[in-house]
Amino acid sequence: MAAAAEKRTGFHDCRDAWATTIEALAAENPKIVAVVNDSVGSSKLGGFQKKFPERLVNVGIAEQNMVGVGAGLANGGHIPFVSAASCFLTGRALEQVKADIAYARFNVKLVGQSSGIAYGELGPTHHSIEDLAWLRPLDAITVITPADAWETAEAVKWAASHEGPVYLRLSRMPVPDLDIANRQFRAGKAETVRDGSDLSIIACGTTVHLAAAAADLLAKRGVSPRVLNMATLNPLDGEAVAGAAALGAIVTVEEANIHGGLGGAIAEFTAEHAPVPVKRMGFPGFVPTGSAEWLFDHYGLNAEGIAATALKALELKRR
Amino acid sequence: MTEKNDAASRIREKALWMRRRAFRMVHEAQLGHPGGDFSAIDIIATLYFGVMHFDPARPDMAERDRFIMSKGHATGALYTALCAAGYYTEDWLSTYMQPQSKLNGHPNRNYLPGVETNTGPLGHGMPVATGIAISGQLSRSTHRTFVLTGDGELQEGSNWEAAMLAGSRRLNRLTLIVDRNRLQQGMGTEETNGLDPLDDKFRAFGWDAVMVDGHDVDALLAVLAGDPAGRSKPLCVIANTVKGKGVSYMENKAAWHHGVPNAEQFEIAMEELV
Repeated sequence: MAAAAEKRTGFHDCRDAWATTIEALAAENPKIVAVVNDSVGSSKLGGFQKKFPERLVNVGIAEQNMVGVGAGLANGGHIPFVSAASCFLTGRALEQVKADIAYARFNVKLVGQSSGIAYGELGPTHHSIEDLAWLRPLDAITVITPADAWETAEAVKWAASHEGPVYLRLSRMPVPDLDIANRQFRAGKAETVRDGSDLSIIACGTTVHLAAAAADLLAKRGVSPRVLNMATLNPLDGEAVAGAAALGAIVTVEEANIHGGLGGAIAEFTAEHAPVPVKRMGFPGFVPTGSAEWLFDHYGLNAEGIAATALKALELKRR
Repeated sequence: MTEKNDAASRIREKALWMRRRAFRMVHEAQLGHPGGDFSAIDIIATLYFGVMHFDPARPDMAERDRFIMSKGHATGALYTALCAAGYYTEDWLSTYMQPQSKLNGHPNRNYLPGVETNTGPLGHGMPVATGIAISGQLSRSTHRTFVLTGDGELQEGSNWEAAMLAGSRRLNRLTLIVDRNRLQQGMGTEETNGLDPLDDKFRAFGWDAVMVDGHDVDALLAVLAGDPAGRSKPLCVIANTVKGKGVSYMENKAAWHHGVPNAEQFEIAMEELV
């Protein structure tokens, strides 16, 4: 599916960083277990399974049981990473996520694999674009969408040491490492990818590198946007959003439905605390079938598209 | 023999106290699920006062037996059991259903000691109990996990996902008790969405299944206190019960699922529950 793109130099399928990190963590801490719904391959847990066969709990195709079992494992003192395609993990088992994980506050790490439109050709039943909106009101869950392989590894490590429920929204669409010096992963804090003064572009996950590329394009036209990597959706870094709003206009970008996810969060925050024009980029609803790359282009989720939307946002600022 | 009789007598004493006190809780709050409380009380009393290994002073003790109240609405039964077991004092029971009380309509493990998971939406207890049992398997622990479901509750599919896995993994330290009072909110279970033959269903899922009178403490003790080490399968105990057991006007009446007594009804119940 993404074979051609995977061969692009410097682009990584972040599932590899996830797999390497979770194996290393499990080697150090015997309490770490993985829970899957027949998703060993798509979760890249084949290596984990070989090294720690007993600690890979495969419940078969049963997501509600999978999440409940995760809660039970946590009750018993284990640290479960419940890993499955995010469309089924969050959709099929949403009540378990709400009641057994968020409300009961069990120390479970939900790992949504192949989020967004990674399964583009398979159609909307396999797209996971509503997950951010579904989970955002469950504020007991820390929601993180890593932007690249480095951040994926850091987020997995952070999740393992954090006491409390976490949702790691991982993607399989190959992305380059962000070119930021001296990085330090801080859950709950936005990361500045490009500094700027004309407007702000707030992105998460697979769209962050595209937002950075858009900023570079705009710089050539004399427009200087600040680009923020808003990896943590819950809790939202209000200070960073306020700072972004101070520049006068915001564009949000996410591999998700524009209703209720990152765009929704930014729109809510600014409407209440710092009203500025906000243009949300992402998917309007169910999208057509097509490759992930085709879908990104179709919805303007590329450097040129984001730059064009940024210029429109600037127009709104000037009115 | 005398020891066993003493144990059963003690359990019956506790169960009587639980019935009286739970009904008073529901009467004072004018809210609750007394029918389902009363069908479950003998089962729960047997578990807490005759079977389970726990220490209220150490609610997080790793080797504790776990009890999951999957029919989470029967808080009259659960809260009086936890009180009698020593997790908190009786004055807590007077706060039942009050604003910001620790004793709300469904149990919360975050502020009520002795509660293992936050149940309420039916069908959640079995997956969690299965996870606890798997955790015990991985830790080579000897703790037991007990989960109590309603029978109507078993219409939820998530129970069967868990049952399938528990059977596959031979979770011999997991015991399910079904409060088989044959009623659900509206009417009978068999008229709504039939469960029978329930024991055959569990055997087909790889469980051992036995039927027992859910109000016969001696029978409950015999089947629940047995050492699981000798088993190779999880155990399902179908406890045949009467919704509202112990109070004449409540017995077998669906309306008492969440009915509340007026003053006169309360007095009648207190006279009958001796």
